[in-house]
Amino acid sequence: MRVPVVVFVALLAAAVAAPILTPYSPERIDLSSRRSAPSAAHVFGTDELGRDVFSRVMFGARVSLAVGLFSAAVAGASGVAIGGIAGYAGGALDAALMRGTDAMLAIPRLPLLMIAAVVLQPSIAWLIVLIGLAGWMETARVVRAELRTLRGTGFVESARAAGASHARVLVSHLLPNAAQAIAVSVTLAVARGILLESALSFFGVGVRPPAASWGNMLYQAQAALGSEPWLAVAPGLFILMTTMSVALMGDRLAVSTPPHPAEALSTRKQLPATSRLG
Amino acid sequence: MTALLRFLTRRALQAVPLLLVVSVLVFALIHAAPGGPLAIYLANPNVRPADIERLRRALGLDRPLWQQYWTWLWAFAQGDWGYSFSDGRPVAERVIERLPATIELVGVSIVCAIGLTAPAGIVAALRRGRWFDRVATITSVAGLSLPAFWFGLLLQIVFAVGLGWLPSSGRSTPGGSDAVDHLAHLVLPTAVLTIVLASGWSRYLRGSMIEALAQPFILSTRARGVPPRRVILRHALRNALGPLIALITVDAALLVSGAVVTESVFAWPGLGSLFTEALARRDYTVLMALLMLSASAVVVFNVVADFAHALIDPRVPAVS
Repeated sequence: MRVPVVVFVALLAAAVAAPILTPYSPERIDLSSRRSAPSAAHVFGTDELGRDVFSRVMFGARVSLAVGLFSAAVAGASGVAIGGIAGYAGGALDAALMRGTDAMLAIPRLPLLMIAAVVLQPSIAWLIVLIGLAGWMETARVVRAELRTLRGTGFVESARAAGASHARVLVSHLLPNAAQAIAVSVTLAVARGILLESALSFFGVGVRPPAASWGNMLYQAQAALGSEPWLAVAPGLFILMTTMSVALMGDRLAVSTPPHPAEALSTRKQLPATSRLG
Repeated sequence: MTALLRFLTRRALQAVPLLLVVSVLVFALIHAAPGGPLAIYLANPNVRPADIERLRRALGLDRPLWQQYWTWLWAFAQGDWGYSFSDGRPVAERVIERLPATIELVGVSIVCAIGLTAPAGIVAALRRGRWFDRVATITSVAGLSLPAFWFGLLLQIVFAVGLGWLPSSGRSTPGGSDAVDHLAHLVLPTAVLTIVLASGWSRYLRGSMIEALAQPFILSTRARGVPPRRVILRHALRNALGPLIALITVDAALLVSGAVVTESVFAWPGLGSLFTEALARRDYTVLMALLMLSASAVVVFNVVADFAHALIDPRVPAVS
Protein backbone atom coordinates (compact mmCIF):
# COMPACT_ATOMS: atom_id res chain seq x y z
CA MET A 1 0.00 0.00 0.00
CA ARG A 2 2.77 2.43 -0.89
CA VAL A 3 0.78 3.53 -3.94
CA PRO A 4 -1.12 6.46 -2.35
CA VAL A 5 2.10 7.95 -0.95
CA VAL A 6 3.87 7.64 -4.30
CA VAL A 7 0.91 9.20 -6.15
CA PHE A 8 0.65 12.08 -3.71
CA VAL A 9 4.38 12.83 -3.76
CA ALA A 10 4.37 12.66 -7.55
CA LEU A 11 1.49 15.16 -7.66
CA LEU A 12 3.32 17.46 -5.26
CA ALA A 13 6.49 17.23 -7.34
CA ALA A 14 4.53 17.92 -10.51
CA ALA A 15 2.95 20.99 -8.92
CA VAL A 16 6.32 22.33 -7.80
CA ALA A 17 7.98 21.59 -11.13
CA ALA A 18 5.03 22.79 -13.22
CA PRO A 19 7.00 25.47 -15.10
CA ILE A 20 9.59 22.88 -16.18
CA LEU A 21 7.13 20.12 -17.04
CA THR A 22 4.74 22.15 -19.12
CA PRO A 23 5.36 22.79 -22.81
CA TYR A 24 3.27 26.00 -22.83
CA SER A 25 2.37 28.79 -20.46
CA PRO A 26 -0.99 27.97 -18.83
CA GLU A 27 -2.36 31.34 -19.87
CA ARG A 28 -0.94 31.42 -23.39
CA ILE A 29 -3.82 32.04 -25.77
CA ASP A 30 -3.41 30.47 -29.20
CA LEU A 31 -6.41 31.25 -31.36
CA SER A 32 -5.10 29.15 -34.24
CA SER A 33 -5.47 25.91 -32.24
CA ARG A 34 -8.68 26.45 -30.31
CA ARG A 35 -10.81 23.53 -29.14
CA SER A 36 -8.43 20.89 -30.48
CA ALA A 37 -8.83 17.33 -29.27
CA PRO A 38 -5.95 15.62 -27.43
CA SER A 39 -2.95 15.17 -29.77
CA ALA A 40 0.83 14.83 -29.59
CA ALA A 41 1.22 18.61 -29.34
CA HIS A 42 -1.50 18.98 -26.71
CA VAL A 43 -1.86 15.72 -24.76
CA PHE A 44 -5.05 16.84 -22.98
CA GLY A 45 -6.28 19.04 -25.85
CA THR A 46 -6.91 22.78 -25.80
CA ASP A 47 -9.78 24.93 -24.55
CA GLU A 48 -11.92 27.58 -26.25
CA LEU A 49 -9.04 30.09 -26.18
CA GLY A 50 -6.46 27.60 -27.45
CA ARG A 51 -4.81 27.26 -24.03
CA ASP A 52 -3.05 23.97 -23.41
CA VAL A 53 -5.13 21.88 -20.98
CA PHE A 54 -2.13 19.83 -19.78
CA SER A 55 -0.27 23.01 -18.75
CA ARG A 56 -3.38 24.33 -17.03
CA VAL A 57 -3.86 21.05 -15.15
CA MET A 58 -0.24 21.14 -13.94
CA PHE A 59 -0.50 24.73 -12.77
CA GLY A 60 -3.96 23.99 -11.36
CA ALA A 61 -2.30 21.37 -9.17
CA ARG A 62 -0.45 24.18 -7.40
CA VAL A 63 -3.72 25.89 -6.50
CA SER A 64 -5.55 22.73 -5.49
CA LEU A 65 -2.73 21.30 -3.39
CA ALA A 66 -1.93 24.65 -1.77
CA VAL A 67 -5.59 25.16 -0.86
CA GLY A 68 -5.89 21.60 0.43
CA LEU A 69 -2.71 21.61 2.53
CA PHE A 70 -2.91 25.14 3.91
CA SER A 71 -6.64 25.07 4.62
CA ALA A 72 -6.07 21.81 6.51
CA ALA A 73 -3.32 23.56 8.47
CA VAL A 74 -5.72 26.38 9.38
CA ALA A 75 -8.44 23.87 10.26
CA GLY A 76 -6.02 21.73 12.27
CA ALA A 77 -4.56 24.65 14.23
CA SER A 78 -7.99 26.09 15.07
CA GLY A 79 -9.36 22.65 15.88
CA VAL A 80 -6.46 21.79 18.20
CA ALA A 81 -6.75 25.17 19.94
CA ILE A 82 -10.52 24.99 20.42
CA GLY A 83 -10.66 21.28 21.23
CA GLY A 84 -7.60 21.56 23.47
CA ILE A 85 -9.03 24.42 25.52
CA ALA A 86 -12.46 22.77 25.74
CA GLY A 87 -11.06 19.39 26.74
CA TYR A 88 -8.56 20.72 29.25
CA ALA A 89 -10.70 23.40 30.85
CA GLY A 90 -13.94 21.45 31.07
CA GLY A 91 -16.97 23.04 32.72
CA ALA A 92 -18.82 26.00 31.26
CA LEU A 93 -16.10 26.92 28.77
CA ASP A 94 -16.11 23.37 27.42
CA ALA A 95 -19.90 23.39 27.14
CA ALA A 96 -19.93 26.74 25.34
CA LEU A 97 -17.18 25.75 22.88
CA MET A 98 -18.83 22.41 22.12
CA ARG A 99 -22.22 24.04 21.52
CA GLY A 100 -20.47 26.37 19.08
CA THR A 101 -18.91 23.34 17.39
CA ASP A 102 -22.34 21.68 17.12
CA ALA A 103 -23.76 24.85 15.60
CA MET A 104 -20.98 25.02 12.99
CA LEU A 105 -21.52 21.34 12.17
CA ALA A 106 -25.24 21.90 11.69
CA ILE A 107 -24.67 24.47 8.93
CA PRO A 108 -24.15 22.76 5.58
CA ARG A 109 -20.50 23.40 4.76
CA LEU A 110 -20.54 23.94 1.01
CA PRO A 111 -23.55 26.30 0.94
CA LEU A 112 -22.07 28.32 3.81
CA LEU A 113 -18.76 28.64 1.94
CA MET A 114 -20.55 29.53 -1.29
CA ILE A 115 -22.32 32.41 0.47
CA ALA A 116 -19.05 33.51 2.11
CA ALA A 117 -17.26 33.41 -1.26
CA VAL A 118 -19.97 35.48 -2.94
CA VAL A 119 -20.15 38.00 -0.12
CA LEU A 120 -16.42 38.40 0.56
CA GLN A 121 -14.99 37.80 -2.95
CA PRO A 122 -11.85 36.23 -1.48
CA SER A 123 -8.38 35.99 -3.02
CA ILE A 124 -6.82 32.50 -3.00
CA ALA A 125 -5.15 33.24 0.37
CA TRP A 126 -8.49 34.24 1.92
CA LEU A 127 -10.17 31.27 0.30
CA ILE A 128 -7.69 29.06 2.18
CA VAL A 129 -8.58 30.79 5.45
CA LEU A 130 -12.33 30.49 4.79
CA ILE A 131 -12.14 26.78 3.93
CA GLY A 132 -9.98 26.24 7.03
CA LEU A 133 -12.45 28.09 9.25
CA ALA A 134 -15.24 25.87 7.92
CA GLY A 135 -13.32 22.70 8.73
CA TRP A 136 -11.99 22.82 12.30
CA MET A 137 -14.94 21.11 14.00
CA GLU A 138 -13.95 17.49 13.44
CA THR A 139 -10.43 18.06 14.78
CA ALA A 140 -11.79 19.99 17.77
CA ARG A 141 -14.11 17.12 18.68
CA VAL A 142 -11.39 14.49 18.35
CA VAL A 143 -8.86 16.49 20.40
CA ARG A 144 -11.44 17.24 23.09
CA ALA A 145 -12.45 13.58 23.32
CA GLU A 146 -8.80 12.47 23.67
CA LEU A 147 -8.13 15.07 26.33
CA ARG A 148 -11.24 14.19 28.33
CA THR A 149 -9.99 10.63 28.70
CA LEU A 150 -6.43 11.71 29.58
CA ARG A 151 -7.28 14.58 31.90
CA GLY A 152 -7.73 12.59 35.05
CA THR A 153 -4.72 10.31 34.55
CA GLY A 154 -1.70 10.22 36.84
CA PHE A 155 0.88 11.77 34.56
CA VAL A 156 -1.11 15.00 34.29
CA GLU A 157 -1.34 15.21 38.06
CA SER A 158 2.38 14.53 38.49
CA ALA A 159 3.32 17.13 35.87
CA ARG A 160 1.17 19.67 37.69
CA ALA A 161 2.70 18.66 41.02
CA ALA A 162 6.16 19.14 39.52
CA GLY A 163 5.18 22.74 38.86
CA ALA A 164 4.26 22.66 35.16
CA SER A 165 1.86 25.39 34.11
CA HIS A 166 -1.53 24.54 32.55
CA ALA A 167 -0.25 25.64 29.16
CA ARG A 168 2.78 23.38 29.49
CA VAL A 169 0.73 20.38 30.56
CA LEU A 170 -1.59 20.93 27.62
CA VAL A 171 1.10 21.48 24.98
CA SER A 172 3.88 19.12 26.02
CA HIS A 173 2.03 16.39 27.89
CA LEU A 174 -1.51 16.10 26.57
CA LEU A 175 -1.42 17.10 22.91
CA PRO A 176 1.42 14.69 21.97
CA ASN A 177 -0.85 11.89 23.16
CA ALA A 178 -3.52 13.09 20.76
CA ALA A 179 -1.03 13.40 17.87
CA GLN A 180 -2.25 10.41 15.93
CA ALA A 181 -5.90 11.39 16.18
CA ILE A 182 -4.98 14.90 15.08
CA ALA A 183 -2.97 13.55 12.13
CA VAL A 184 -5.92 11.48 10.92
CA SER A 185 -8.42 14.32 11.13
CA VAL A 186 -6.04 16.81 9.47
CA THR A 187 -5.35 14.35 6.64
CA LEU A 188 -9.09 14.08 6.04
CA ALA A 189 -9.25 17.89 6.10
CA VAL A 190 -6.72 18.02 3.23
CA ALA A 191 -8.96 15.88 1.01
CA ARG A 192 -12.03 17.84 2.06
CA GLY A 193 -10.29 21.17 1.41
CA ILE A 194 -9.37 20.09 -2.13
CA LEU A 195 -12.95 18.94 -2.79
CA LEU A 196 -14.42 22.16 -1.35
CA GLU A 197 -12.12 24.38 -3.41
CA SER A 198 -12.95 22.48 -6.57
CA ALA A 199 -16.68 22.63 -5.80
CA LEU A 200 -16.55 26.38 -5.10
CA SER A 201 -14.57 26.99 -8.29
CA PHE A 202 -16.94 24.71 -10.20
CA PHE A 203 -19.80 26.96 -9.12
CA GLY A 204 -17.79 29.97 -10.30
CA VAL A 205 -17.27 31.49 -6.85
CA GLY A 206 -13.87 30.02 -5.86
CA VAL A 207 -10.61 30.56 -7.75
CA ARG A 208 -11.36 33.14 -10.44
CA PRO A 209 -10.14 32.98 -14.04
CA PRO A 210 -7.68 33.43 -15.66
CA ALA A 211 -5.87 31.54 -12.87
CA ALA A 212 -6.34 27.81 -13.47
CA SER A 213 -7.75 25.54 -10.82
CA TRP A 214 -9.12 22.03 -11.40
CA GLY A 215 -12.53 23.22 -10.27
CA ASN A 216 -12.78 26.27 -12.50
CA MET A 217 -11.54 24.24 -15.48
CA LEU A 218 -14.55 21.98 -14.94
CA TYR A 219 -16.75 25.09 -14.67
CA GLN A 220 -15.55 26.06 -18.17
CA ALA A 221 -15.85 22.50 -19.44
CA GLN A 222 -19.53 22.38 -18.48
CA ALA A 223 -20.40 24.83 -21.26
CA ALA A 224 -19.00 22.55 -23.99
CA LEU A 225 -19.79 18.99 -22.90
CA GLY A 226 -21.09 18.08 -26.35
CA SER A 227 -18.34 19.53 -28.52
CA GLU A 228 -15.23 19.29 -26.28
CA PRO A 229 -15.81 16.53 -23.74
CA TRP A 230 -12.03 16.13 -23.17
CA LEU A 231 -12.02 19.38 -21.21
CA ALA A 232 -14.00 17.67 -18.45
CA VAL A 233 -11.87 14.54 -18.14
CA ALA A 234 -8.35 15.51 -17.01
CA PRO A 235 -9.14 18.07 -14.24
CA GLY A 236 -11.65 15.71 -12.60
CA LEU A 237 -9.27 12.74 -12.80
CA PHE A 238 -6.60 14.78 -11.06
CA ILE A 239 -8.98 15.85 -8.31
CA LEU A 240 -9.99 12.22 -7.80
CA MET A 241 -6.37 10.99 -7.82
CA THR A 242 -5.38 13.57 -5.23
CA THR A 243 -8.33 13.17 -2.85
CA MET A 244 -8.18 9.39 -3.12
CA SER A 245 -4.46 9.17 -2.35
CA VAL A 246 -4.94 11.49 0.64
CA ALA A 247 -7.95 9.50 1.88
CA LEU A 248 -6.02 6.22 1.62
CA MET A 249 -3.10 7.71 3.54
CA GLY A 250 -5.55 8.83 6.21
CA ASP A 251 -6.92 5.29 6.34
CA ARG A 252 -3.46 3.87 6.95
CA LEU A 253 -2.92 6.32 9.77
CA ALA A 254 -6.28 5.48 11.33
CA VAL A 255 -6.02 1.69 11.03
CA SER A 256 -3.07 1.48 13.39
CA THR A 257 -5.37 2.59 16.23
CA PRO A 258 -8.53 0.49 16.21
CA PRO A 259 -11.23 1.92 18.46
CA HIS A 260 -11.75 0.12 21.74
CA PRO A 261 -14.84 -2.12 21.50
CA ALA A 262 -16.40 -0.34 24.46
CA GLU A 263 -16.24 2.90 22.50
CA ALA A 264 -18.25 1.43 19.66
CA LEU A 265 -21.52 2.24 21.39
CA SER A 266 -20.60 5.81 22.17
CA THR A 267 -19.28 6.60 18.67
CA ARG A 268 -22.73 7.87 17.69
CA LYS A 269 -21.92 11.21 19.24
CA GLN A 270 -18.75 11.45 17.16
CA LEU A 271 -20.46 10.92 13.83
CA PRO A 272 -20.43 13.76 11.35
CA ALA A 273 -23.51 15.85 12.02
CA THR A 274 -23.70 17.03 8.45
CA SER A 275 -23.80 15.11 5.25
CA ARG A 276 -21.17 15.00 2.56
CA LEU A 277 -21.00 17.04 -0.63
CA GLY A 278 -24.19 15.64 -2.16
CA MET B 1 -43.50 7.30 27.89
CA THR B 2 -42.50 10.03 30.31
CA ALA B 3 -38.88 9.11 29.66
CA LEU B 4 -39.44 9.65 25.94
CA LEU B 5 -41.18 12.95 26.63
CA ARG B 6 -38.32 14.08 28.85
CA PHE B 7 -35.80 13.08 26.16
CA LEU B 8 -37.64 15.01 23.46
CA THR B 9 -38.11 18.09 25.66
CA ARG B 10 -34.44 18.15 26.56
CA ARG B 11 -33.29 17.77 22.98
CA ALA B 12 -35.70 20.50 21.86
CA LEU B 13 -34.35 22.82 24.56
CA GLN B 14 -30.78 22.08 23.43
CA ALA B 15 -31.72 22.80 19.83
CA VAL B 16 -32.95 26.34 20.49
CA PRO B 17 -29.61 27.96 21.45
CA LEU B 18 -27.86 25.98 18.71
CA LEU B 19 -30.20 27.31 16.03
CA LEU B 20 -29.87 30.82 17.48
CA VAL B 21 -26.08 30.63 17.11
CA VAL B 22 -26.52 29.37 13.55
CA SER B 23 -28.91 32.19 12.70
CA VAL B 24 -26.59 34.89 14.11
CA LEU B 25 -23.62 33.46 12.16
CA VAL B 26 -25.46 33.24 8.86
CA PHE B 27 -27.23 36.59 9.29
CA ALA B 28 -23.94 38.33 10.07
CA LEU B 29 -22.22 36.71 7.08
CA ILE B 30 -24.96 37.69 4.65
CA HIS B 31 -24.97 41.29 5.85
CA ALA B 32 -21.16 41.49 5.70
CA ALA B 33 -21.39 42.11 1.95
CA PRO B 34 -19.99 45.52 1.04
CA GLY B 35 -23.05 47.55 0.12
CA GLY B 36 -25.33 45.06 1.83
CA PRO B 37 -27.85 42.82 0.13
CA LEU B 38 -28.62 45.54 -2.42
CA ALA B 39 -25.02 45.66 -3.67
CA ILE B 40 -26.06 43.92 -6.87
CA TYR B 41 -28.20 46.94 -7.84
CA LEU B 42 -25.42 49.46 -7.23
CA ALA B 43 -23.64 48.35 -10.40
CA ASN B 44 -26.84 48.39 -12.48
CA PRO B 45 -27.08 51.65 -14.48
CA ASN B 46 -30.83 51.16 -14.93
CA VAL B 47 -31.50 51.47 -11.21
CA ARG B 48 -31.42 55.08 -9.95
CA PRO B 49 -29.79 55.83 -6.56
CA ALA B 50 -33.16 57.16 -5.32
CA ASP B 51 -34.77 53.81 -6.12
CA ILE B 52 -32.07 51.96 -4.22
CA GLU B 53 -32.66 54.22 -1.23
CA ARG B 54 -36.42 53.61 -1.41
CA LEU B 55 -35.85 49.86 -1.67
CA ARG B 56 -33.42 49.97 1.24
CA ARG B 57 -36.07 51.65 3.42
CA ALA B 58 -38.86 49.38 2.21
CA LEU B 59 -36.83 46.27 3.08
CA GLY B 60 -35.78 47.75 6.42
CA LEU B 61 -32.10 47.68 5.46
CA ASP B 62 -31.56 51.26 6.70
CA ARG B 63 -32.04 50.25 10.33
CA PRO B 64 -29.26 49.04 12.68
CA LEU B 65 -28.23 45.46 12.06
CA TRP B 66 -29.37 44.13 15.44
CA GLN B 67 -32.84 45.61 14.87
CA GLN B 68 -33.02 43.92 11.48
CA TYR B 69 -31.97 40.67 13.10
CA TRP B 70 -34.64 40.92 15.80
CA THR B 71 -37.33 41.67 13.25
CA TRP B 72 -36.21 38.75 11.12
CA LEU B 73 -35.97 36.40 14.12
CA TRP B 74 -39.37 37.36 15.53
CA ALA B 75 -41.05 36.84 12.16
CA PHE B 76 -39.12 33.64 11.42
CA ALA B 77 -40.04 32.12 14.79
CA GLN B 78 -43.69 32.72 13.93
CA GLY B 79 -43.35 31.01 10.58
CA ASP B 80 -43.08 34.19 8.49
CA TRP B 81 -40.01 33.67 6.31
CA GLY B 82 -40.33 36.98 4.48
CA TYR B 83 -40.45 37.69 0.77
CA SER B 84 -38.01 36.74 -1.94
CA PHE B 85 -35.78 39.64 -3.03
CA SER B 86 -35.84 38.47 -6.62
CA ASP B 87 -39.50 37.91 -7.37
CA GLY B 88 -41.37 39.25 -4.36
CA ARG B 89 -43.17 35.99 -3.62
CA PRO B 90 -43.29 34.58 -0.08
CA VAL B 91 -40.12 32.60 0.65
CA ALA B 92 -42.13 29.78 2.23
CA GLU B 93 -44.10 29.38 -1.00
CA ARG B 94 -40.91 29.14 -3.08
CA VAL B 95 -39.40 26.61 -0.69
CA ILE B 96 -42.49 24.42 -0.50
CA GLU B 97 -42.93 24.24 -4.28
CA ARG B 98 -39.34 22.89 -4.58
CA LEU B 99 -39.64 20.38 -1.76
CA PRO B 100 -41.31 17.51 -3.69
CA ALA B 101 -38.53 17.35 -6.30
CA THR B 102 -35.84 17.14 -3.61
CA ILE B 103 -37.71 14.54 -1.58
CA GLU B 104 -38.19 12.46 -4.73
CA LEU B 105 -34.51 12.57 -5.76
CA VAL B 106 -33.04 12.12 -2.29
CA GLY B 107 -35.65 9.55 -1.25
CA VAL B 108 -35.08 7.34 -4.29
CA SER B 109 -31.30 7.71 -3.87
CA ILE B 110 -31.48 6.67 -0.22
CA VAL B 111 -33.47 3.55 -1.11
CA CYS B 112 -31.02 2.66 -3.91
CA ALA B 113 -28.04 3.33 -1.65
CA ILE B 114 -29.43 1.05 1.06
CA GLY B 115 -29.95 -1.64 -1.57
CA LEU B 116 -26.29 -1.30 -2.57
CA THR B 117 -24.91 -0.92 0.95
CA ALA B 118 -26.46 -4.02 2.51
CA PRO B 119 -24.95 -6.69 0.23
CA ALA B 120 -21.69 -4.80 -0.38
CA GLY B 121 -21.00 -4.16 3.31
CA ILE B 122 -21.97 -7.63 4.52
CA VAL B 123 -20.16 -9.59 1.81
CA ALA B 124 -17.03 -7.43 2.15
CA ALA B 125 -16.97 -8.13 5.90
CA LEU B 126 -17.42 -11.88 5.37
CA ARG B 127 -14.75 -12.04 2.65
CA ARG B 128 -12.38 -9.76 4.49
CA GLY B 129 -9.11 -9.28 2.59
CA ARG B 130 -10.31 -11.24 -0.46
CA TRP B 131 -10.85 -9.74 -3.90
CA PHE B 132 -14.48 -8.74 -3.35
CA ASP B 133 -13.51 -6.85 -0.21
CA ARG B 134 -10.61 -5.14 -1.95
CA VAL B 135 -12.73 -4.05 -4.89
CA ALA B 136 -15.51 -2.86 -2.57
CA THR B 137 -13.06 -0.96 -0.36
CA ILE B 138 -11.32 0.79 -3.25
CA THR B 139 -14.69 1.60 -4.83
CA SER B 140 -16.00 3.12 -1.63
CA VAL B 141 -12.86 5.19 -1.05
CA ALA B 142 -13.17 6.39 -4.65
CA GLY B 143 -16.84 7.21 -4.04
CA LEU B 144 -16.00 9.19 -0.93
CA SER B 145 -13.19 11.07 -2.70
CA LEU B 146 -15.18 11.64 -5.86
CA PRO B 147 -16.06 15.20 -6.80
CA ALA B 148 -19.79 14.62 -7.31
CA PHE B 149 -20.11 17.40 -9.89
CA TRP B 150 -17.42 15.83 -12.06
CA PHE B 151 -19.04 12.40 -11.86
CA GLY B 152 -22.27 14.09 -12.92
CA LEU B 153 -20.54 15.70 -15.92
CA LEU B 154 -19.03 12.34 -16.95
CA LEU B 155 -22.44 10.64 -16.80
CA GLN B 156 -23.90 13.46 -18.91
CA ILE B 157 -21.10 13.12 -21.48
CA VAL B 158 -21.52 9.36 -21.78
CA PHE B 159 -25.24 8.73 -21.38
CA ALA B 160 -26.83 11.99 -22.52
CA VAL B 161 -24.46 13.51 -25.09
CA GLY B 162 -22.64 10.40 -26.36
CA LEU B 163 -25.17 7.60 -26.33
CA GLY B 164 -28.26 9.78 -26.15
CA TRP B 165 -30.02 7.26 -23.94
CA LEU B 166 -31.04 9.60 -21.15
CA PRO B 167 -31.89 13.29 -20.79
CA SER B 168 -29.03 15.37 -19.36
CA SER B 169 -31.02 17.68 -17.12
CA GLY B 170 -34.37 18.72 -15.70
CA ARG B 171 -37.17 16.70 -14.14
CA SER B 172 -39.32 16.17 -17.24
CA THR B 173 -39.47 17.10 -20.90
CA PRO B 174 -41.51 20.30 -21.30
CA GLY B 175 -44.99 19.29 -22.44
CA GLY B 176 -44.48 15.59 -21.83
CA SER B 177 -45.43 14.20 -18.46
CA ASP B 178 -45.58 10.42 -18.79
CA ALA B 179 -43.99 8.18 -16.20
CA VAL B 180 -41.22 6.84 -18.47
CA ASP B 181 -40.02 10.35 -19.29
CA HIS B 182 -40.05 11.24 -15.61
CA LEU B 183 -38.11 8.11 -14.68
CA ALA B 184 -35.53 8.73 -17.41
CA HIS B 185 -34.80 12.17 -15.95
CA LEU B 186 -34.39 10.65 -12.51
CA VAL B 187 -31.74 8.06 -13.45
CA LEU B 188 -28.52 10.11 -13.74
CA PRO B 189 -28.91 12.39 -10.69
CA THR B 190 -29.98 9.38 -8.63
CA ALA B 191 -26.88 7.49 -9.77
CA VAL B 192 -24.59 10.29 -8.55
CA LEU B 193 -26.30 10.69 -5.19
CA THR B 194 -26.54 6.92 -4.66
CA ILE B 195 -22.78 6.48 -5.16
CA VAL B 196 -22.01 9.35 -2.79
CA LEU B 197 -24.27 7.94 -0.06
CA ALA B 198 -23.58 4.22 -0.50
CA SER B 199 -19.79 4.58 -0.45
CA GLY B 200 -19.84 6.04 3.05
CA TRP B 201 -22.49 3.69 4.37
CA SER B 202 -21.01 0.45 3.02
CA ARG B 203 -17.60 1.24 4.49
CA TYR B 204 -19.25 1.84 7.81
CA LEU B 205 -21.32 -1.34 7.62
CA ARG B 206 -18.24 -3.40 6.68
CA GLY B 207 -16.37 -2.06 9.69
CA SER B 208 -19.15 -2.67 12.19
CA MET B 209 -19.91 -6.14 10.72
CA ILE B 210 -16.26 -7.14 11.16
CA GLU B 211 -16.42 -5.88 14.73
CA ALA B 212 -19.67 -7.74 15.41
CA LEU B 213 -18.42 -11.00 13.85
CA ALA B 214 -15.40 -10.95 16.15
CA GLN B 215 -17.58 -10.92 19.29
CA PRO B 216 -17.56 -14.06 21.46
CA PHE B 217 -21.34 -14.50 21.20
CA ILE B 218 -21.01 -15.14 17.46
CA LEU B 219 -18.67 -18.03 18.17
CA SER B 220 -21.02 -19.45 20.78
CA THR B 221 -24.02 -19.07 18.46
CA ARG B 222 -22.10 -20.94 15.75
CA ALA B 223 -21.10 -23.62 18.25
CA ARG B 224 -24.76 -24.14 19.15
CA GLY B 225 -25.31 -25.16 15.53
CA VAL B 226 -27.27 -22.13 14.37
CA PRO B 227 -27.15 -22.02 10.54
CA PRO B 228 -24.50 -19.55 9.21
CA ARG B 229 -27.05 -17.45 7.31
CA ARG B 230 -29.02 -16.98 10.52
CA VAL B 231 -25.87 -16.16 12.50
CA ILE B 232 -24.93 -13.46 9.99
CA LEU B 233 -28.33 -11.89 9.46
CA ARG B 234 -29.99 -12.29 12.85
CA HIS B 235 -27.05 -12.01 15.22
CA ALA B 236 -24.13 -10.16 13.64
CA LEU B 237 -26.12 -7.80 11.41
CA ARG B 238 -28.53 -6.96 14.20
CA ASN B 239 -25.55 -5.75 16.22
CA ALA B 240 -23.99 -3.80 13.38
CA LEU B 241 -27.25 -2.17 12.35
CA GLY B 242 -27.79 0.40 15.10
CA PRO B 243 -24.96 2.82 14.28
CA LEU B 244 -25.56 2.37 10.53
CA ILE B 245 -29.22 3.30 10.85
CA ALA B 246 -28.18 6.33 12.89
CA LEU B 247 -25.73 7.34 10.13
CA ILE B 248 -28.36 6.87 7.40
CA THR B 249 -30.83 8.96 9.38
CA VAL B 250 -28.30 11.77 9.81
CA ASP B 251 -27.60 11.75 6.06
CA ALA B 252 -31.35 11.72 5.37
CA ALA B 253 -31.40 15.38 6.41
CA LEU B 254 -30.63 15.92 2.70
CA LEU B 255 -34.35 15.22 2.14
CA VAL B 256 -35.12 18.66 3.53
CA SER B 257 -31.91 20.55 2.81
CA GLY B 258 -31.44 19.53 -0.81
CA ALA B 259 -28.47 18.06 -2.67
CA VAL B 260 -26.86 21.30 -3.83
CA VAL B 261 -24.17 19.81 -6.09
CA THR B 262 -26.18 17.03 -7.76
CA GLU B 263 -29.29 19.14 -8.26
CA SER B 264 -27.31 22.00 -9.79
CA VAL B 265 -25.38 19.82 -12.23
CA PHE B 266 -28.58 18.18 -13.48
CA ALA B 267 -30.80 21.29 -13.16
CA TRP B 268 -33.07 19.22 -10.94
CA PRO B 269 -35.69 21.71 -9.71
CA GLY B 270 -35.35 21.02 -5.99
CA LEU B 271 -34.11 22.96 -2.96
CA GLY B 272 -30.44 22.54 -3.94
CA SER B 273 -31.05 24.32 -7.25
CA LEU B 274 -33.13 26.93 -5.45
CA PHE B 275 -30.06 27.63 -3.34
CA THR B 276 -27.71 28.17 -6.31
CA GLU B 277 -30.34 30.29 -8.09
CA ALA B 278 -30.87 32.42 -4.98
CA LEU B 279 -27.11 32.80 -4.59
CA ALA B 280 -26.69 33.99 -8.18
CA ARG B 281 -29.40 36.64 -7.60
CA ARG B 282 -28.20 37.54 -4.09
CA ASP B 283 -31.68 36.63 -2.87
CA TYR B 284 -30.75 36.87 0.80
CA THR B 285 -34.14 36.10 2.35
CA VAL B 286 -34.29 32.82 0.44
CA LEU B 287 -30.65 31.95 1.33
CA MET B 288 -31.28 32.67 5.00
CA ALA B 289 -34.41 30.50 5.04
CA LEU B 290 -32.66 27.62 3.22
CA LEU B 291 -29.69 27.59 5.59
CA MET B 292 -31.95 27.71 8.64
CA LEU B 293 -34.03 24.90 7.16
CA SER B 294 -30.89 22.78 6.58
CA ALA B 295 -29.57 23.40 10.09
CA SER B 296 -32.96 22.57 11.63
CA ALA B 297 -33.12 19.41 9.53
CA VAL B 298 -29.68 18.35 10.78
CA VAL B 299 -30.78 18.90 14.38
CA VAL B 300 -34.10 17.06 13.99
CA PHE B 301 -32.59 14.15 12.07
CA ASN B 302 -29.86 13.81 14.71
CA VAL B 303 -32.54 13.43 17.39
CA VAL B 304 -34.37 10.88 15.24
CA ALA B 305 -31.05 9.07 14.69
CA ASP B 306 -30.40 8.79 18.43
CA PHE B 307 -33.91 7.54 18.92
CA ALA B 308 -33.71 5.00 16.09
CA HIS B 309 -30.37 3.74 17.38
CA ALA B 310 -31.91 3.18 20.82
CA LEU B 311 -34.91 1.38 19.30
CA ILE B 312 -32.69 -1.02 17.33
CA ASP B 313 -30.13 -1.58 20.05
CA PRO B 314 -31.54 -2.08 23.56
CA ARG B 315 -28.07 -1.51 25.06
CA VAL B 316 -28.22 2.15 24.06
CA PRO B 317 -30.29 4.12 26.56
CA ALA B 318 -32.86 6.22 24.71
CA VAL B 319 -32.91 8.91 27.33
CA SER B 320 -29.17 9.42 27.57
